[in-house]
Formats: sequence, structure tokens, C-alpha cells
Amino acid sequence: MATTTATAPVKYWSGGKSPFNVEYGKLMMWYFLMSDAFTFGAFLIAYGTTRFATNGWPDPNKVFKSYPFASESANAPLVFVSIMTFILIISSVTMVLAVHAGHKMDKKGVVKNLILTIIGGLAFLGCQAWEWTHLHHEGAWWGQNPFPNADGTVATTNFTNFFFTITGFHGFHVFSGVVINVVMLIMTLNDKFEKRGHYLMIEKAGLYWHFVDLVWVFVFTCFYLI
Amino acid sequence: MEHNSAAIAEHGHSDDGAVKEIWKVTLILSVLTIIELVLGFWMMGMPDGALRYSIKGSIVILMLAKAFYIVGYFMHLKHEVRNLIMTIVVPLLLFIWFIVAFLYEGNSYKNLKNTYNSYYKERTSQQQETKEETKEEKGEEPKKSDAAE
Repeated sequence: MATTTATAPVKYWSGGKSPFNVEYGKLMMWYFLMSDAFTFGAFLIAYGTTRFATNGWPDPNKVFKSYPFASESANAPLVFVSIMTFILIISSVTMVLAVHAGHKMDKKGVVKNLILTIIGGLAFLGCQAWEWTHLHHEGAWWGQNPFPNADGTVATTNFTNFFFTITGFHGFHVFSGVVINVVMLIMTLNDKFEKRGHYLMIEKAGLYWHFVDLVWVFVFTCFYLI
Repeated sequence: MEHNSAAIAEHGHSDDGAVKEIWKVTLILSVLTIIELVLGFWMMGMPDGALRYSIKGSIVILMLAKAFYIVGYFMHLKHEVRNLIMTIVVPLLLFIWFIVAFLYEGNSYKNLKNTYNSYYKERTSQQQETKEETKEEKGEEPKKSDAAE
């Protein structure tokens, strides 16, 4: 910590102190997230490797070009997915605000921001459900790919396989994040944290939620932009 | 091993400063996303080449910047004890090898296939029937566009 080094450096490893200066649960959450990062990393790298090993690849701008209530011929690439991205960023912000309210023991603030976060998560899941349904109607699913490569040649099913597996795995994380946040909301409303004297549990849920947002940053870039 | 929860909960931020920082980071993340989108629109339909690859590279750099802000500020890692930062960040350095090695491998596999497997090369250069052509075959709403290719 830069702020404390001006005085005598703290000796974290000489005993009598917690070397990481966080509680057990939060440290374990960090390690879980690290292992989860490797899982997602492995998925995305497998996708990248396959893409590098294949002649031609579908153009994401031709695949993801629709949005809800649009006509068949709608051509609006990147529009819908950027809305999804902003939904997730905003829900991440409300989560930080919930954690911050927890530091101040501000129950009302925690409840308000948790509800907003849950709404954001549900909105994201709704968007994803719509997108999957739309693609499925166009004939895309695991093992079937109606989209030609960018150069017009026949594409493999790798594109749809990776897309549905990785966004599905991410969507599952969003779903479990929403469930965790709902549990946190119920616990807050039941004054569990008031009795405990701290809202550290919200911080752990927050770490998980931010991780979900973080993964989306990578998924969004790898599948929709590049 | 002594740490009480109150000391952990307090990370040495003043109230206003912390909220200000949250909104600042939100703004940065939004701006980075918008730049990414602008770059994405710019390279639409652009032929493969040095420019397109450098745009893709810039998007990846922006992605890493966003990751830094989310992990550093939203997940608060930047303000944790150095020991904790190191146990998280150092193992993740494995990704550098992971990405470089596997993408290189994939690319090399493609080149080998294209050099030595002429069947693969022929098969992957077949044009896919477009939707209009299939419709014409079925006799549904024949289009005026020349089908002679």
C-alpha cells in the first residue's frame, strides 16, 4: 500500500499479522475467481486456436446484426451487443455502490443498489435469451452453422459451437450471480448483516459479480468485435 | 493473526473520494467501450491487411485496459496488500505463454494443412450457397439479380 509505506514498512510475514489483510472468505473468493479465470481463459484460447487453425471464419457483423422487434432485413451490427455491454457495466457500478453502502452500514443503500444490480443482471439474461432464440431460428445451434465465412466459403460448425458454449457458460455465471445477489438481498432485508456488524458478505458477492462483468469484456471483444 | 472486520471494511478512503472514484472509473469504462465500438464500426468491411490487424490489436489493448480498471478499482485489488496482489497476478502471467503458444500452434497447423493437404484446401474454398440462390431453386419469389455466376 503506497499510503502506508511513508512510515515504517509493515512486516506482514513476521507474525502477528494477517499477511493478506483480508478475511478468509474473501481470499478464497479471489482464488476461486482465479481458477475460474483459467477456465474461461482456456475456453477463449481454444476458440482462438481453432480460429487460427481454420481457413476463413464467419463475419460477426453479418451474424449479429439484429435486435428485438426489428424486421427480417435489419442490418444493425454491434448495436444490440453494445446495449448488453452497457447493461453489465452499469450493473457492475450499482454493485460497487452496494458494497460501498455496506462499508458505511447503510442498509437502505445496500438494498437499493442490490435491487438495481439484480434488475441489470436479469435484463442482461433477457437480452441473451432473445439473442439465442433469434440465432436458433436462423438455424444456428451446436453442430449447425448457417452462416458462411467472411469470404463466402463454407464455414465449419466451430463458430456456433464455440459461441454457444462460451456465451452459455458466461450466461450461467450471470445467472448464478443473480441468484447470489438475491440471496444477499434477502439476508440484508432480514438484518443478518446488521446483527453481524459488517457487510463483508456483500463484498464477496460483489467480487463474483465484477468477475462476470470482466469475463464479458473478453467475450464481447473476442466474439463480436474482432 | 489479528484483524478485526471493522479494520478490513475500512480501506482508508474518505466517503466522497470513494464514490467519486467509482463514477470516474464508470466514465473511463464507458469511454473505452465507445472507442472500441467506434473501432469496430470502422473496420467493418475492411479487407484484411496491416490496418485491420492494427485496429484489432488496439481493441485488444483497450480490452486489457478495461480489465485493469474493473479488477483494480471495482474489485478493489489495487488497494489491497501487495502480497495479495502478487498471489493473484503472478499466476495469471501464465496466460502470456498460454495465448502465444496456442495461437502460434493453431496458425502453424493451418499452414501445414494448406501446404500438404490439398483436399482440405479444396474443401475449404468451396463457396456456400446464399439464401437467395436456394430460394430460386425452390421457385420461391425468383429474383431479378443475375444468377449466372
